[in-house]
Amino acid sequence: MNQNFRMISLLTYTLKNLPNTSKWALRFCMRPLSSSSQLQAAAASQTKSKKTLAKPNIRNIVVVDGVRTPFLLSGTSYKDLMPHDLARAALSGLLHRTSVPKDVVDYIIFGTVIQEVKTSNVAREAALGAGFSDKTPAHTVTMACISSNQAMTTAVGLIASGQCDVVVAGGVELMSDIPIRHSRKMRKMMLDLNKAKTLAQRLSIISKFRLNFLSPELPAVSEFSTSETMGHSADRLAAAFAISREEQDEYALRSHSLAKKAQDEGLLSDVVPFKVPGRDTVTQDNGIRPSSLDQMAKLKPAFIKPYGTVTAANSSFLTDGASAVLIMAEEKALAMGYKPKAYLRDFMYVSQDPKDQLLLGPTYATPKVLEKAGLTMNDIDVFEFHEAFSGQILANLKAMDSDWFAQNYMGRKAKVGLPPLEKFNNWGGSLSLGHPFGATGCRLVMAAANRLRKEGGQYGLVAACAAGGQGHAMIVEAYPK
Amino acid sequence: RVGHDLAPEQQATNRNSVLKIINCEIRFLTGYICRSFTRSSALLTRTHINYGVRGDVAVIRINSPNSKVNTLSQELHSEFMEVMNEVWSSSQIRSAVLISTKPGCFIAGADLNMLNSCTTSQEVTQISQEAQKMFEKLEKSTKPVVAAINGSCLGGGLELAISCQYRIATKDKKTVLGSPEVLLGILPGAGATQRLPKMVGIPAAFDMMLTGRGIRADRAKKMGLVDQLVEPLGPGVKPPEERTIEYLEEVAITFAKGLADKKITPKRDKGLVEKLTSYALSIPFVRQQIYKKVEEKVRKQTKGLYPAPLKIIDVSLYPILQHLSCFFPLSRTFGELAMTKESKALMGLYRGQTQCKKNKFGAPQKEVKQLAVLGAGLMGAGIAQVSVDKGLQTILKDTTLPALGRGQQQVFKGLNDKVKKKTLTSFERDAMFSNLIGQLDYRGFEKADMVIEAVFEDLNLKHRVLKEAEAVIPDHCVFASNTSALPIGEIATVSKRPEKVIGMHYFSPVDKMQLLEIITTEKTSKDTTASAVDVGLRQGKVIIVVKDGPGFYTTRCLTPMMSEVIRILQEGVGPKKLDSLTTSFGFPVGAATLVDEVGVDVAKHVAENLGKEFGERFAGGSLEMLQQMISKGFLGRKSGKGFYIYQEGVKNKNLNSDMDSILASLKMPSQPDVSSDEDIQYRLVTRFVNEAILCLQEGVLATPTEGDIGAVFGLGFPPCLGGPFHFVDLYGAQKIVDRLRKYEAAYGKQFTPCQLLVDHANNPNKKFYQ
Repeated sequence: MNQNFRMISLLTYTLKNLPNTSKWALRFCMRPLSSSSQLQAAAASQTKSKKTLAKPNIRNIVVVDGVRTPFLLSGTSYKDLMPHDLARAALSGLLHRTSVPKDVVDYIIFGTVIQEVKTSNVAREAALGAGFSDKTPAHTVTMACISSNQAMTTAVGLIASGQCDVVVAGGVELMSDIPIRHSRKMRKMMLDLNKAKTLAQRLSIISKFRLNFLSPELPAVSEFSTSETMGHSADRLAAAFAISREEQDEYALRSHSLAKKAQDEGLLSDVVPFKVPGRDTVTQDNGIRPSSLDQMAKLKPAFIKPYGTVTAANSSFLTDGASAVLIMAEEKALAMGYKPKAYLRDFMYVSQDPKDQLLLGPTYATPKVLEKAGLTMNDIDVFEFHEAFSGQILANLKAMDSDWFAQNYMGRKAKVGLPPLEKFNNWGGSLSLGHPFGATGCRLVMAAANRLRKEGGQYGLVAACAAGGQGHAMIVEAYPK
Repeated sequence: RVGHDLAPEQQATNRNSVLKIINCEIRFLTGYICRSFTRSSALLTRTHINYGVRGDVAVIRINSPNSKVNTLSQELHSEFMEVMNEVWSSSQIRSAVLISTKPGCFIAGADLNMLNSCTTSQEVTQISQEAQKMFEKLEKSTKPVVAAINGSCLGGGLELAISCQYRIATKDKKTVLGSPEVLLGILPGAGATQRLPKMVGIPAAFDMMLTGRGIRADRAKKMGLVDQLVEPLGPGVKPPEERTIEYLEEVAITFAKGLADKKITPKRDKGLVEKLTSYALSIPFVRQQIYKKVEEKVRKQTKGLYPAPLKIIDVSLYPILQHLSCFFPLSRTFGELAMTKESKALMGLYRGQTQCKKNKFGAPQKEVKQLAVLGAGLMGAGIAQVSVDKGLQTILKDTTLPALGRGQQQVFKGLNDKVKKKTLTSFERDAMFSNLIGQLDYRGFEKADMVIEAVFEDLNLKHRVLKEAEAVIPDHCVFASNTSALPIGEIATVSKRPEKVIGMHYFSPVDKMQLLEIITTEKTSKDTTASAVDVGLRQGKVIIVVKDGPGFYTTRCLTPMMSEVIRILQEGVGPKKLDSLTTSFGFPVGAATLVDEVGVDVAKHVAENLGKEFGERFAGGSLEMLQQMISKGFLGRKSGKGFYIYQEGVKNKNLNSDMDSILASLKMPSQPDVSSDEDIQYRLVTRFVNEAILCLQEGVLATPTEGDIGAVFGLGFPPCLGGPFHFVDLYGAQKIVDRLRKYEAAYGKQFTPCQLLVDHANNPNKKFYQ
């Protein structure tokens, strides 16, 4: 009965919209007929604020598919690689998974954070090695933890503006090796030596050498503007929102347990095996380690000592990994015979105070992207939020649930609203799967897309925070089967 | 009001809220009431302190009503004692946290009004003894007490904190720990002299107590003055300040519990150097030597004019408080110091400084958001620096690129020096520096809310820039002139809107000197004045507002003294001798050096101008000396030569021997009966003081307070004398008139005491400060 009713209203909807979006509507009305389980999903969408986020006169952009290398704890199997090796593995995996002809790809964009100085445009080096056409340009972007989000949205921009039809976007991070430099004084001396022409000049330069010139310079782990490390900021953020150590440990345990379940059930289908030269083939993420609350409670605070609440167990760990997605204009994908996984819809970047609100990006970005898309929190079936720290996720949830915060800091009349936890990061998150800075964004999008297919539902919301006090959110819409 | 702060556990078990309150009242109060029910009414009307119990930790919250800060007043003292007695007698309580709920202030020190209302040293001694007894009880408390410090923790506040078993401070810029008593001419009277050396070592303790320097939280942690730091929080579901205090309390509670359970020990590990130092200092001979060294140094620096620092060293030698007999000598010294002239003078200055940090003209109609400074010289760039570092958008304009570049570099260097001292981060510096826009034209002036010109002291030039600026600035824009002597009224003659013209006299170096003298003409509107004061306060200045006239107030007082300086030099007193006479009187800079610092050309320019205006009263030495110096290029420090020779990197400056011929050629016979060392000092000071009082008499000054603040903060009048008006009150008007009459007999009109001073001399009840 009920189903019948839904069928009818669906059809009437379809008819009403027929003139301007005939192709889309036709497919849409075909969908419920194909299978009853799909009917359920479509029926669920009946209560949505909007049928679809397609916009008139703007190309629909789809993710055909996406892959990632297994995410590994830094210093494990990937430790002898260079970043472009990992990126190449993701690209090869994508080629293999999608069988996209290399010469169709118009452009390649990768995100990365800690740059290997030898391969500063890592996108190009990886693409050449992966066998892409040397006629395909590639560039690298950086935006801290949302670098690959930026790679994807850059791709969206290129396609929407008609510049490209097919773009590969991805991200890579190799924290097993980081550029440790000579000190500035040492570098200056070496450069001066290079320019010196006579022996006397060289000797006079060398005579200025001091032993402390040899002390190395590490890439900054702290925010440049505030000199505060992110873990320290996360601990303060958790304290500001009065989030206890227990709550944080519980959330971390949830993430690990869900990740383990997803891994065991084979849901992490974006992972492609990677034969590491000289080592065994890596087939799965190795940072998932569900523990017990008792065990976790034993850890000492990692940043604010001795009374802080952020520990190694409730933080994301240093990770090596790479990801890549194939993004196309919908008509191109269909013309090539693809069955895309999802639409990439509205997205939003935000930024705020890098000291006290460093990790609150999702709180700011979520309502904005929902409003832009004309959706409400209730319309979202799948939430995929980047988990930098348990405390950060819980702080964002509390901020979204607070009228006071919304009124005093976001200029909103009322709170954003709380994403229901049963729809939230159901296959684990950065805490358990790992967080290779530059590669996480693509993982979030693929997790949202794959979950929409698996769990049913139409809209997914991806959100992430990033160093610099920035944030990102994007709506992923399930591609009708 | 009895503070009820129930532990969550209690809340959960007690569903009936009425019952809950009653239960707790009974539980909290029974012991107390049985003990002394006569005082229960006092308990119920407690206003400064409320306390509650979390588990087995008493949380004692201080918040004095109707005040921005908490001070150790008698009421607070007795309430605290009451509460502590309850804590100690309660079997439920095992430890305590002491915290202030007032934002930005733990306890700012003893209540100065309380000290000032004491008329005898015995009363002050009594106060000090009471405090010592309380702190000693606190120190010996078997239940650990944690001081949770957010904001200023000064004087008595610090003494209270260091009597506790543990200290936790927020790592906030506002959290400052210090013993500033010495700056008020007194000593820490409640145990810091004994406890600080024990806690942070003798050198650091003396540094704190003898300089009054405030210690920021992170440094306090390194010194061992506080045991833990708590980071200030950002916004959560409450305002950041509120949540930070709450968080501090939560952390303090966990530490209080840990201390009671003996899971945490309050002792901290000392480094090797520290251990060695403390070992060395435990040898009496070494300790004696160090005390002697410190004392020598202090004597040299204070020239014996300030009794407090020496007494601080004295009382620190008393054995660490172990029995009541130690109280007395320390407290008696405290009481005696509080009654000294020096202390009264310094406390007067402190009050004056507080008054001069308020805007008595009210808020301006339009807050200045965009400032423009004309002239990127030493003054202009200095003004720009103190503006941009407070977040004020500032245009700095000059006429040539090199001049502008020099000014911009001065601002950058000023900010960068703070980075080197770690009071700013390089990022904050960059953000501040980006508030500065350097340019050569008047672009953007149409949006300026205030223009401060700091071009050369030349009336025609000032007229020109005023006209140029007025051609572009909007109607509401204030035009302020930074000049040390040119009357603002004369500058304003070419203005289209003289009600918007005002004087803002900054002192060099602008980023170091606290004073700003604001000069109003008869036409200056009240709102213009309010706006100038507002900008000055935002620049961190102490402000006096005076009426327009030749030399305003500060320059006018200084000029007759300078005239006397020249005469004294002509009479054969050498610059070095003169310098030592003036510094030993309490001036921070010797009189001859001052001429070099101000610039000989500037001094002459001012002396000439004011001499014309005021005639014989400003006469004395011959301006020919300055003229000859100028012609030889001896312009003072800026030209490398003046009375002294200035060289980069040379600390001890030498006399400029080329001055000998000038001094010889202008030599005058001295008059022996007015030329003793003391007479020379008083000839200088009485001319200064007489002119200052004349300024009040003529209405140039509105209040004696502003006169004292201007003299001390702008001209370096000896702080131990409290400024010319305090000086007259404390030293006695009659004595000063007598001096003046004596010098008048020798030199004439320049020393004729003004009517107001004579009035004060004739009526001993007349005081500038009641």
